[in-house]
Amino acid sequence: MSCEQHTEHLHAYLDGELDAAGTLQFERHMKECQECGAALTAERKLQKSLQSAGLYENAPKGLRQRVVSSLPALPEVRVRKTGEWRWAALVAACLMGAFLVWQLFSDLGGRSRQSVVAATVVDAHLRSLQPGHQADVISTDQHTVKPWFDGKLEIAPPVRDFTAEGFPLTGGRLDVIHGRTVAALVYGRRKHMVNVFVWKAGDDEGLSGAGEQQGYHWLAWQKDGLNFVGVSDVAPEDLVVLRDLFLKG
Amino acid sequence: MPEREERARFEEWVMPHFDAAFNLARWILRSRADAEDVTQEAMLRAYRFFGKFRAGDARAWLLQIVRNCCYTWLQKNRPTEDVAEISEEYLKDDRSTPETLAIASHEREQLAQALEKLPTAFREILVLRELEGCSYKEIAAITAKPIGTVMSALARSRQQLRDALTKPVVKETRLEL
Repeated sequence: MSCEQHTEHLHAYLDGELDAAGTLQFERHMKECQECGAALTAERKLQKSLQSAGLYENAPKGLRQRVVSSLPALPEVRVRKTGEWRWAALVAACLMGAFLVWQLFSDLGGRSRQSVVAATVVDAHLRSLQPGHQADVISTDQHTVKPWFDGKLEIAPPVRDFTAEGFPLTGGRLDVIHGRTVAALVYGRRKHMVNVFVWKAGDDEGLSGAGEQQGYHWLAWQKDGLNFVGVSDVAPEDLVVLRDLFLKG
Repeated sequence: MPEREERARFEEWVMPHFDAAFNLARWILRSRADAEDVTQEAMLRAYRFFGKFRAGDARAWLLQIVRNCCYTWLQKNRPTEDVAEISEEYLKDDRSTPETLAIASHEREQLAQALEKLPTAFREILVLRELEGCSYKEIAAITAKPIGTVMSALARSRQQLRDALTKPVVKETRLEL
């Protein structure tokens, strides 16, 4: 083997990255090759001076503090659960899925299409209550939330903030209802959360009226060719107030 | 509170590598002031993506983000700077025998200057190896290169550094922005 082929071995040897066989082979070669021996000495020297010249530059003192204190102020931070939380969420989701399937099959015959859609809407609402699932864009500013939907849907959902009326906008996200992607606008109502799902009207998946599923109320309405469904655990009257706010504008 | 937990986890896993982040940025950008900005940006980015980090090498994970932020910053702020990736062409020539330099006499300043003269891709690999003490595997992960490329690039970087140290220092106008 020529010395040229040993060049990389030399560096790997120097860095302690050669395996046992490679190390033996290289050391054997060095016994016969003065050139490689000298090269190794030179490389060692260079490495030593690089490591000991004090080239490492620590961050200035104030910077770490600045960074740490700026962390929670991040508006876009999306909290994701990991580790055991993730498993707990997965198990919960599986249980809920099994429960819904069981429910669906147990009384499918007696249920109208309407109530199946209502069930998936409530299901989507429940899903959004899982940690980290509430909103993809978290903002109380309708001018932030509205453009976020651009290009993500075939519709432009009317995003409006009703803080003054007691329904502050807290964010938005995409969700799936009955196999179609819909906009979900998230509002606060006292300590509760309201999801308003919006999708294009005209298909048979529309809901009308109001109802209750598993303790959650829903209220549906239409406007400007869009279907709306508000879902929450707030009182049904609150949903009516929210609907009227949407219809007014 | 979930947000608080996430933050505590971030501080426990990622913040210990804050100096490493700054040091890498400082050497890629060759400026402490710019490194401050980019480090800050990179840390916020890391925080945002922390949910995607699985237990493992937090330093390599963070340095990867820092490196990306640096390159993006360079593209935007110093578009004329050579940040070419290491290519085969780069690695080919050069089989000269390393001369034994009287490096002991080289001051920190000389080494720093020589290091700063290297192409960015070579400088970063040397900094990761010699200053940060990263393994080849870690360097490969951080720079998104095969280990073989890391190995040859490291050999080449050392040769270039040696050249920079032996050649007389030509007064250079450094890119200052």
